[in-house]
Amino acid sequence: MVQRIVVDPITRIEGHLRVDCDVDGGKVTKAWASGQMWRGIELILQGKDPRDAWVFAQRICGVCTTVHAITSVRAVENALKMEVPLNAQYIRNIIQGAHAVHDHIVHFYHLSAIDFVDIVSALKADPVATSKLAQSLSDWKMNSVGDFVTAQKKLGAFVNSGQLGIFGSGYWGHPAMKLPPEVNLLAATHYLQAIEFQRRMNKVVAILGSKTPHIQNMAVGGVANPINFDSQSTLTLEKLHYIKQLIDEVGEFVQQVYIPDVCAIGAFYADWTQIGRGVVNYLACPDMPVDTKGEKLSLPGGFIKGADLVGGFNPIKTFNDAYFEKGVKESVKHSWYQGGKGALHPYDGETIPQYTDWSDDGKYSWIKSPTFYDNRAQVGPLANVLCMFAAGHEPTVRWTTAALNTIAMHLKTPVGPDILHSTIGRHAARAVRAAVLHEEVGKQWTLLMENLGKGDFATYNKPVFPKGEIRGFGFHEAPRGILSHWVVIENGKIKNYQAVVPTTWNAGPRDEGEQMSAYESALLDTPVADPEKPLEVIRTVHSFDPCLACAVHLTDTESRSSYQVKVV
Amino acid sequence: MSILVLGLGNILLSDEGVGVRAVEAFQARWTVPDGVDVVDGGTCGMDMLDIIASHDTMIVVDAVKTGAPVGTVVKITGPDVPVFFRGRLSPHQLGLSDLLATLTLTGEAPGYVSVIGCVPASMETSLEMTPGIAARIPAMVDLLVEELRSLGVTVEPKAP
Repeated sequence: MVQRIVVDPITRIEGHLRVDCDVDGGKVTKAWASGQMWRGIELILQGKDPRDAWVFAQRICGVCTTVHAITSVRAVENALKMEVPLNAQYIRNIIQGAHAVHDHIVHFYHLSAIDFVDIVSALKADPVATSKLAQSLSDWKMNSVGDFVTAQKKLGAFVNSGQLGIFGSGYWGHPAMKLPPEVNLLAATHYLQAIEFQRRMNKVVAILGSKTPHIQNMAVGGVANPINFDSQSTLTLEKLHYIKQLIDEVGEFVQQVYIPDVCAIGAFYADWTQIGRGVVNYLACPDMPVDTKGEKLSLPGGFIKGADLVGGFNPIKTFNDAYFEKGVKESVKHSWYQGGKGALHPYDGETIPQYTDWSDDGKYSWIKSPTFYDNRAQVGPLANVLCMFAAGHEPTVRWTTAALNTIAMHLKTPVGPDILHSTIGRHAARAVRAAVLHEEVGKQWTLLMENLGKGDFATYNKPVFPKGEIRGFGFHEAPRGILSHWVVIENGKIKNYQAVVPTTWNAGPRDEGEQMSAYESALLDTPVADPEKPLEVIRTVHSFDPCLACAVHLTDTESRSSYQVKVV
Repeated sequence: MSILVLGLGNILLSDEGVGVRAVEAFQARWTVPDGVDVVDGGTCGMDMLDIIASHDTMIVVDAVKTGAPVGTVVKITGPDVPVFFRGRLSPHQLGLSDLLATLTLTGEAPGYVSVIGCVPASMETSLEMTPGIAARIPAMVDLLVEELRSLGVTVEPKAP
């Protein structure tokens, strides 16, 4: 019998991401992903000064504030074909890299780990055995018996006082939970440590961005950070060295805790390296510009067709690459907008709402469906890591190989990059990316110090807007994948603005040619033990790190859970 | 004693931004002594942890959903302030209750938390609030001033 499962965060007033699955014989046979709200952020920006667009753009969402700010100024700079001073590039690069490392740690420990880790089971663990296990996995300094005893007491106090309810979303005791108590305690303890360490990367963003959560230092043409080693109110040598210290402390956590944990948990859930494959065309953009024109980028990007890392890889090389600019189109055939014109390029994109009810074969989402040369693509850390791997980026090859070797050691059988096309693979790739980005942030810091050492203190070029119409795009390899902003400017005012956010690529509905998106196809064949508690569906959705650019965060005293599961 | 006044909300979504707007209105007309920090927290992600952890008293100003009629201005304290991790598909659904739950786990939650809120009428995409909710801002500011004074803070009107 076919059962329909609907996972819908209905209690947020506007709705959010909804996932529908048909389950038959204990497996998902059909899946639909739907964005349940329309934002139309572009309408707010029309008529505004392009120099202010980033201020509004960074309010689009509560997590990726800096991400939208950086992409917005890049789009306007691209339209103006202007150069950006080296110091500004380095400072932006450090901010974006620090933000991403922070974001990946939070995603794994705070959002996803409880899909795999059973907190209640952790209370039964033997701290001595846990410590022994932890020390066999890594040299991390906070893996002593005492560390695990303390953490277990803390968790125990919560459970015994009835406060476990604060983990409102845990599926404790679910048949798909497989970790032994010691591994559960290990992960739960590192979760508590992660809360502390991710905050250090955020301090880096706050120091360079002048303020958090909304950075103040961005500008079309550079950054607004005055650098003067003699003045305390500017970026001083002391502050720059403090930033480096914070970066290094977080790097230790990524290398000695995050990566070993993901490899160990991944090995216990080895079956999940065969689940959640989905779309295996991958799109990622190059990032971390190290020149003034955006022609030389430290991290490579591109497009991979059909999981072929050798013959199927085409690089995207610069901020002006026409291969990227010309390849993107969006379809609204299954989205609640007026269509009929086929898939359109973002510069020509139309956003005219046409709401119908949910229709399995018709319209069922507010998200448009982007394609790259008519191919569906998966974006995100996995796409990013695979593209950098395919391009031969040395740190990526090194960290990916190390992670695969660790998993192989746990499984006592060799594994190759092919296991990465999976739910666990997306978590592993995110951890690898955190390690790669941590090294890259260190490199950008060194470049900044060397450039300042040469006496170059420039951080800003003044933009000049011509009469008539100009257009441009900016992209950024954000924590959830490629983000692009597209802007049309007429006589110095914004005429059209479109943001193609990463989750649009992954969570769109079917496209012009009925091809499924990454979410939809990744859910096919996912086993579901208990349709009332579809933990397995949540695992795969979480592995993508969903992000719909639409933050509604009012304080809600009425409801205690923001997603509801319905079996119909 | 250190006090944090935290305005929350998304100013792109009409009345959803009422908390941020109320804090702006407060700052335009009132001064506070050292030890009281007034912050525009936007939509309040994990990056607010440090700021919240470094204060022992917090007054949140936010749009609220309490079941009361639109435009109702309320003060919420004690056990009525939500502290728990919500089930969520996206980190973007993370909010105040998650942050307070996290800080409860780490033992850094502020000793006193209150929420001054207003029930929104519209959360459509717009930089403008609805007139009915915009008109409630003075009442929210008055409640904030009263709350600060009850905590022993000297709040002075700015010279015109």
